[in-house]
Amino acid sequence: MTVAGLARDRQLEKEAYNALAVVVDPELDEPVTDLGFVRSLTVHVEESGLGVEVHLRLPTSFCSPNFAWLMCSDAKDAITALPWAHRVVVALDDHHDSDLVNAGLAADADYKQTFRHEAEKDLEELRTTFRRKAHTAAMERCLTALLRADPGRPVESVGRVTLADLPADRHTAALLRRRAALGLPAGPQSLVLVDHTGRGYPPDRVPMTLRRARATRISIDGNAHFCRGLLRTRYPGSEADQAQRPEGAEPADVSYDPGYDPTFIPLSTLRKEHHP
Amino acid sequence: MYTKHGESYFIVDAHIALWDARPENQRNIHGKQFIDCFYDYHRNLSPESEVWPYEEYLYYGERLMKDLFEDGYVDHAIFQPALLGEFYHTGFGQTDEAFALAQQHPDKLTYNHCFDPRNGEMGLEQLRADAERFGLKGVKLYTAEWHGESRGWKLDDPWAYRYFELCRELGIRNIHIHKGPTIRPLDRDAFDVSDVDHVATDFTDLNFVIEHVGLPRLDDFCWIATQEPNVHGGLAVAMPFMHTRPRYFAQIIGELLYWIGEDRIQFSSDYAIWTPKWLVERFVDFQIPEDLTEYAPLTVAQKKKILGLNAAKMYDIPVPPELQLPDADEAETGPREPGQADLAGV
Repeated sequence: MTVAGLARDRQLEKEAYNALAVVVDPELDEPVTDLGFVRSLTVHVEESGLGVEVHLRLPTSFCSPNFAWLMCSDAKDAITALPWAHRVVVALDDHHDSDLVNAGLAADADYKQTFRHEAEKDLEELRTTFRRKAHTAAMERCLTALLRADPGRPVESVGRVTLADLPADRHTAALLRRRAALGLPAGPQSLVLVDHTGRGYPPDRVPMTLRRARATRISIDGNAHFCRGLLRTRYPGSEADQAQRPEGAEPADVSYDPGYDPTFIPLSTLRKEHHP
Repeated sequence: MYTKHGESYFIVDAHIALWDARPENQRNIHGKQFIDCFYDYHRNLSPESEVWPYEEYLYYGERLMKDLFEDGYVDHAIFQPALLGEFYHTGFGQTDEAFALAQQHPDKLTYNHCFDPRNGEMGLEQLRADAERFGLKGVKLYTAEWHGESRGWKLDDPWAYRYFELCRELGIRNIHIHKGPTIRPLDRDAFDVSDVDHVATDFTDLNFVIEHVGLPRLDDFCWIATQEPNVHGGLAVAMPFMHTRPRYFAQIIGELLYWIGEDRIQFSSDYAIWTPKWLVERFVDFQIPEDLTEYAPLTVAQKKKILGLNAAKMYDIPVPPELQLPDADEAETGPREPGQADLAGV
């Protein structure tokens, strides 16, 4: 192959890798490219045109097969959508269902055809459940930040907080993305504490709603970091493929993540941002 | 017993195993995948000084008594075996060996066994025989056990109800639940704990201990457990987060105390995934970081209950009178009226 050909392939590999950023682990609410789940991606010349081969890896052999399938089939869709990709191979490595999933992917079978008697309808309800949880967690991060910044503030009052009351920061941006995914309004007067249909809560139900949302946020952040850690243990060197996740970060993270900022300040002490 | 700063803690390790995952016992690739997954949990969350060599991790019959009772401060431990018959020739948990130990040391060890409702009528007969042979007070259920074409079951499956009815009849009161990655249909979240809600409501005279406090679904677990007074949280897998992720652990404990209160949380090392010694030492020293202002500091009484008194009470394990504590008031959140239980979508 010519030097120019190699350079083109590297460029296309980069393009294909970036295309995988739309593939999200539904449970962790993060792109597979940030989690280090893309083990390899190669572009090569075949008789009919350009081929792309992607290998995905997960933190354990026993990660849920339904989530694994969603990520693999979404990855195949994302790469197939590239106009120059003629043949696309996506493979799941080292999983208890690798054979099943890879056969399904190779045959362009859908979820039901792949999992046969174990599949009933589809995985849309599963996706929806975790889309809602992602929104719940994003909402809690924003509101807890307000409460921590102003300890005298009554918890009930967060039921009246609107999008206009939130600072223009990372948490608010994340909340707006999650709202968009659920089709919730983004206007400045829209309430922040709402259920997945956009309905707010009367003051007496606000504290427990927030508490429950907090447990959801803790779960997602905890899982996201545990899964990252297990991947690093299972695949030494994979830390190089992981993006830092400030939410739920801990001091020990500095030991493996050269990009980790040890001066990172937990949510609780971000007062200046709200009260300059 | 563990003593520090003049306080003594009665230790019940409510979830231990004696497994054999050596290559000669592996039935297929999944046997290796399963133990490797455990070993990665072990390596990832243990302090470096507590990491075992892989060979020893595959089988450790000789060191169990020492790890738990000589080094680990444990007063009483409860076997919670997983069968995994599709992965291992003689199963993962070693029934005969574990039961023999429990017979030799009845003051120190309780043997719980497992059942699978997909075994139908024959399984019911087996459960009767097992209850008599082992003197069962509890069972450990793994809902992602593979079984021919099926790779999972739910607690509210009709056949599971037949088994719970038999548990009730046989005096098997303590049902430990461990959720895994596969369930039928695969359309739904395999870790979902809503089936616990149904059985806990329908079998109020049984205790349901949800292992690893529902993780990775702490939120769903808390929500169900707060409404059902017979649902308890087992801290298997949650404990070792104290080491590398203490803020996460603090939030788990803080949420549990808020939602279910200090009387329904049980310590366990999940031995041999982790060893109890460092977990007990660290938990006694553990405190909620000050900047997590939404949680009150952990009290010595709470730690004593979690480390042993709660499980001792559930299993009628005798505790020296000077180490006992009274129950706390009901958790702030519940149990609530069923009509209030619907916060749709939150």
